[in-house]
Amino acid sequence: MTANPITSRRASFSFSIASVCLLVGIVALGALFIAANAADPMMGAHAWIFFFLTTTGLLFTGFWAGTLKDRNPFEPAFYEDTIVKFGVAAAMFWGIAGFLVGLIIALQLTFPGVFYFPELGWTNFGRLRPLHTSAVIFAFGGNVLIATSFYVVQRTCRTRLAGGMWPWFVFWGFNLFIVIAGTGYLLGVTQSKEYAEPEWYADLWLTIVWVAYLIVFLGTLWKRKEPHIYVANWFYLSFIVTIAMLHIVNNLAVPVNLTGSKSYQLFAGVQDALTQWWYGHNAVGFFLTTGFLAIMYYFIPKRVNRPVYSYRLSIVHFWSLIFIYIWAGPHHLHYTALPQWAQTLGMVFSIMLWMPSWGGMINGVMTLSGAWDKLRTDPVVRMMIVALAFYGMSTFEGPLMSVRAVNSLSHYTEWGIAHVHSGSMGWVGFISFGALYCLTPWLWKRKALYSKALVEWHFWIATIGILFYIVAMYVAGITEGFMWRAYNEFGFLEYAFIETVKAKHIMYMIRALGGALYLTGALLMAYNLVRTALGHGEARDDEATPASLPVQSPTLQPAE
Amino acid sequence: MSLFNRHATLERHSLLLTVGILVVVAIGGLVEIAPLFYLENTIEKVQGMRPYTPLELKGRNIYIREGCYVCHSQMVRPLRDEVERYGHYSLAAESMYDHPFQWGSKRTGPDLARVGGKFSDSWQLDHLMDPRSVVPDSIMPPYAFLAKKTLKFEGIEDDLKTQRLIGVPYTDDMIANAKSDLIAQASPNADYDAEDALVARYEAASGRKGTLRISDYDQNPAEITEMDALIAYLQMTGTLVDFSTYEAGDLNNRR
Repeated sequence: MTANPITSRRASFSFSIASVCLLVGIVALGALFIAANAADPMMGAHAWIFFFLTTTGLLFTGFWAGTLKDRNPFEPAFYEDTIVKFGVAAAMFWGIAGFLVGLIIALQLTFPGVFYFPELGWTNFGRLRPLHTSAVIFAFGGNVLIATSFYVVQRTCRTRLAGGMWPWFVFWGFNLFIVIAGTGYLLGVTQSKEYAEPEWYADLWLTIVWVAYLIVFLGTLWKRKEPHIYVANWFYLSFIVTIAMLHIVNNLAVPVNLTGSKSYQLFAGVQDALTQWWYGHNAVGFFLTTGFLAIMYYFIPKRVNRPVYSYRLSIVHFWSLIFIYIWAGPHHLHYTALPQWAQTLGMVFSIMLWMPSWGGMINGVMTLSGAWDKLRTDPVVRMMIVALAFYGMSTFEGPLMSVRAVNSLSHYTEWGIAHVHSGSMGWVGFISFGALYCLTPWLWKRKALYSKALVEWHFWIATIGILFYIVAMYVAGITEGFMWRAYNEFGFLEYAFIETVKAKHIMYMIRALGGALYLTGALLMAYNLVRTALGHGEARDDEATPASLPVQSPTLQPAE
Repeated sequence: MSLFNRHATLERHSLLLTVGILVVVAIGGLVEIAPLFYLENTIEKVQGMRPYTPLELKGRNIYIREGCYVCHSQMVRPLRDEVERYGHYSLAAESMYDHPFQWGSKRTGPDLARVGGKFSDSWQLDHLMDPRSVVPDSIMPPYAFLAKKTLKFEGIEDDLKTQRLIGVPYTDDMIANAKSDLIAQASPNADYDAEDALVARYEAASGRKGTLRISDYDQNPAEITEMDALIAYLQMTGTLVDFSTYEAGDLNNRR
């Protein structure tokens, strides 16, 4: 070995920086070209956003790389935790933004005379609603998943994230996608496919980011120092792999013009409908379920310091869950023009899905065996267990709603809104809040959260908010469902459609109140996390200990 | 239990695990979606379907842009109350040229699959300008700004060509005359030859008369606005198929 060890080490970390910069540079040039030749103003705006944000990233990276000299910023002896800190902050920011937009659109439906502006088309419900769903699912949920997956995969593999600079590309690239998607909805750029609204160029960018994410994740698994891949990583892996498949197939489209924002979907009508709901249902299944089950499988055992309840149950429910979930999409299309054989298949598999779903809930809740007292003493644990209760509830309700006879009543009504919000606010929201409450003291090396009392407040305010929200929407949904099909004594329809809208007004007010409470809880949480990171209150270090704390990033820890 | 022991192989090999996951999650979609492309009875044989005219297509794109689908479905289910409230249940054939489909998933407002012809153009205009002026309890957003926005259609031929590429049967004739067809449909009594040519082109594609309306939809003859296009689209939804020749009980139509 004659090579200078410092030069070769430098070469290895320089390569990942250079390759990221090369890719981003090509994209920046492409964006500049499109900006100069844009076929429509929306594409022009987006190309400029792409250009400015990518060049900013390049400039920043250049200056930062210049200060490195021979120091390897990706020192393999340390975990990459800075990126997880960024992820926690991004998740909190997007979460609050998404909840706020949700509250605004709830108020629009409640007081249309106050919250609509005839000349400002971009503030209308039709454009803000995708902003809300994408902000909470992809911006909040996505950043939680990226942050926690990067944290968990390092700990459970006892190795630093693979790819040097590439995890940073994944983080910033994903958030650039969020900015493009969100601004696109306001500008009126949409494919109209629910939860897959962003247009073709944003989809292509996300595909690149997602492939990088998969390679970083797999690369970290490859250099693991543990013989076995921990169960949380199976779930993360299934989330990343399946979302890639769903995203690519559902977004197959032909752009009208390579410098224009508009595209037409490759599939039409009934085929397009089933492809969309195959995607839509499994965005729930693999983004909002397996991803967050992975969080559950790491954070609950760690927080209560108990092993996962059953290894065998985790194997059985993992494979059955991912196999069966994919089939359930057609239950979104009961009684439509989709052939009935497909509807029946979808319904049968949706009912079968009940048990694998509950397998996850049981495995999570029973992990508390021997530590049940923590439900009383630790509000963070309580939050995560209540999340599992909501998970169990909505995964029972889902199979129920997928029965054709029930669906004929529930479909198209607010019942569906109640169902998704018990799943998203209850399960996804609470398990994410639990993970963020765990991560913040761990990442910033604080001995506790700034205020446990504030966590209690958050828990109760948010729980009451969810209950207000879902009860109001269940009542509204079942009311309108029955009103739509009500007949009078002469055999005519009893109600005009608008009467069913009017009947929901009070319920809409209660829903908005529930959403406001949920948002308030999230604001308390953000305050608590910021003060925790700053080391205030109960997070303050004791006088005796600061010297013992590591100055740099933490070193590798023994595996779980 | 040997099966659980064998699982350890997957836990030790990340690529095997990845491939295993991909195979397991691919099956359901393949079995459910792929047959829809080759089973002949997926889409009914009906009379009357034709591609959207350029003006209707523009209107449909505005419908998509404004997110109308988040509150309005376009799918009447074969349930007694829906058929009586909205009209004949929707057929797969009726969305065979819809890239993308607009079936929707929520009815915050009523279904629009058959709203075409239910109301006058001027009702649609008033309703879109200020929904509460005609339906006091409505919670729909106002769309007055559409009446002020001139419709941009310089690239309309490209839209039709892209649609043809993915299977919509636009003819060379339709593509070559896209601009004049668009103008003609929104400008009654302006150019009778252009109007006749437009009607002839699209009624020939439809195979029946009465599937095309020409009107100054926004009651503003001075210019063609986005409001023209949107109302033109709304006024034709669900009107194409000839239900007098459709036998619901026919074996070929039972799915």
